[in-house]
Amino acid sequence: MRGYREATVEGSAAALPAAVLAVDRVSVRIRGRAVLDDVSFTIHEGELTGLIGSNGAGKTTLYRVILGLTRPYAGSVSVEGSGLSRTNPLVGYVPQKIGLDADLPLRARDLVGLGLDGHRFGFALPSKARRELVERALEGVDAGRFADARVGTLSGGEQQRVMIAYALVSRPRLLLLDEPLANLDLRSEQEVVELLSRVAREQRVAVLISAHEMNPLLPVMDRVVYLAGGRAASGTTAEVVRPEVLSHLYGHHVDVLHVHGRIIVVAGPSLGSAEAMRAEKADAAADEDG
Amino acid sequence: MSGIVSLVFAPGFFSSAPVRSAVVAGGVVAVVSAVVGVFTVMRGQSFAGHALSDMGTTGGSGAFLVGVSPLWGFVTVSVAAVAAMELIGIRRPRGRDVSTGIVFGAALGLAALFLYWDTTVRNASGAAMTILFGSLFTVSASTVPVVVVLASLSLALVLALFRPLLLSSVSPELAAARRVPVRLVGIAYLLAMAVAVSLSAYTIGAILSTALLVGPAAAAMRLTKSPWATLLLATLLGVAATLVGIVLAYDSYDWPPAGHGWPVSFFVVTLVFTFYLLAGVPQLRRARGDRLPAGRGAVEESTIRGAGKRVES
Repeated sequence: MRGYREATVEGSAAALPAAVLAVDRVSVRIRGRAVLDDVSFTIHEGELTGLIGSNGAGKTTLYRVILGLTRPYAGSVSVEGSGLSRTNPLVGYVPQKIGLDADLPLRARDLVGLGLDGHRFGFALPSKARRELVERALEGVDAGRFADARVGTLSGGEQQRVMIAYALVSRPRLLLLDEPLANLDLRSEQEVVELLSRVAREQRVAVLISAHEMNPLLPVMDRVVYLAGGRAASGTTAEVVRPEVLSHLYGHHVDVLHVHGRIIVVAGPSLGSAEAMRAEKADAAADEDG
Repeated sequence: MSGIVSLVFAPGFFSSAPVRSAVVAGGVVAVVSAVVGVFTVMRGQSFAGHALSDMGTTGGSGAFLVGVSPLWGFVTVSVAAVAAMELIGIRRPRGRDVSTGIVFGAALGLAALFLYWDTTVRNASGAAMTILFGSLFTVSASTVPVVVVLASLSLALVLALFRPLLLSSVSPELAAARRVPVRLVGIAYLLAMAVAVSLSAYTIGAILSTALLVGPAAAAMRLTKSPWATLLLATLLGVAATLVGIVLAYDSYDWPPAGHGWPVSFFVVTLVFTFYLLAGVPQLRRARGDRLPAGRGAVEESTIRGAGKRVES
């Protein structure tokens, strides 16, 4: 697994695949406060990128900007080279856990069907083509066997698979997932990570996964976008997750520890400012969560 | 054979003009209520439905006072109420609760005054009974086309909104990410609900209209897994309750105590409630541990409940 990742990193250094998403100097202010500050990065076809940052680092805001739901104060976002149009079939989005009631009469296949045309007015007449697209999307995420169960009765990992099928059925070029690993048990977490890695490579989709904890993504992550204090650094894990880069982002010294293939980011010894304390706490919490 | 038919359908049932009007108006209203009601239940808006029909009461009783069909009063006021609730802030959950409560309290106060005047000034002693509890048999033949047109409008609106409405009922967040105008869809849906609720308030009574709106949908949701199956079953149950209710009410003219016939609304609502209870039976059996395919949710739930009991005892 690790060897595979390193091979990909070397490959990507030689020839970058086509850029799917370009975020260019984006700043967002909410009630005068800078939530995102001059954030730039690109992500590429067939790659899996981790968007790493503690809670409140601006991950969800960044997603809202990419989806066109929040207007940036400055900067621009383009998908496949063009700005965001009103309905953007190029972007698939899986929000953080959406609480679905067990008594909601909605099978997994119905939800995936909504992913195909849920934004269109009127109702969909049953057609063979539609059914096959839904079927293929469900099988693509190994969700075929619970396609006819109510979505609300499925486990967290199963629901996450269905949501991924929902987002992929319209064949987007970019797939955004907001904390898809939160609240999953270890096994489901691993399964979802492997699935997303497969999706990126087989369907040539650019996948962006936000997480407050990067370790589960390390084996599959091609690139990382690290968010802290509204600012971002991007590149390969080796390029970004270094004390110099992260210290600059956080605005105080942090150490990066490698322990048994895991990476732990901790505030360095030169504590003093309240901000540093907060950052340390946030990271410690993130590590505990993982 | 004809003996059984005449036992079920009392003599004169098929030739009675009020029965004909009741069957057409009741059937059409049942269809709209059921379809609109499925979304009401999915969106957790049955309180809003109830509030709309209560506010409609003001319109219904006011219309009665000036000699217009109560139907127009119901429709005008409940549609206006949607606008008012939207303005006062139906979007924030707490604001929604309080504003709806205050507005409909005031509206019911007015209804009390109008109903009092209906009975004293206009000498219509049955007004309160008709407005609050309705009677399908008093639907005049001339109103039936109006009922059909309004019902078609409401139904057409819901069907036109179908996919974005379903998506935003499942998750407003998913819908917003697909650029569905979630708020606009919500308001348009409330308008369709206002018309549906007015129709059922007119036919089976303001107080009972929510039963016809929510009951068939809730029963159907217990038995089906997909949105379309729920819509179809809810419609079937709603129509069945209404038609059987009409037959029973017609038969009840020969029943004690007075030989005046029992209210249709009583039968309709009781049948809806019975359907709801019966629809819960399979769930109960599942909860007892009779494993059914795809019943995993219920099985887990029963395990948890069982575990809870052990801890308690």
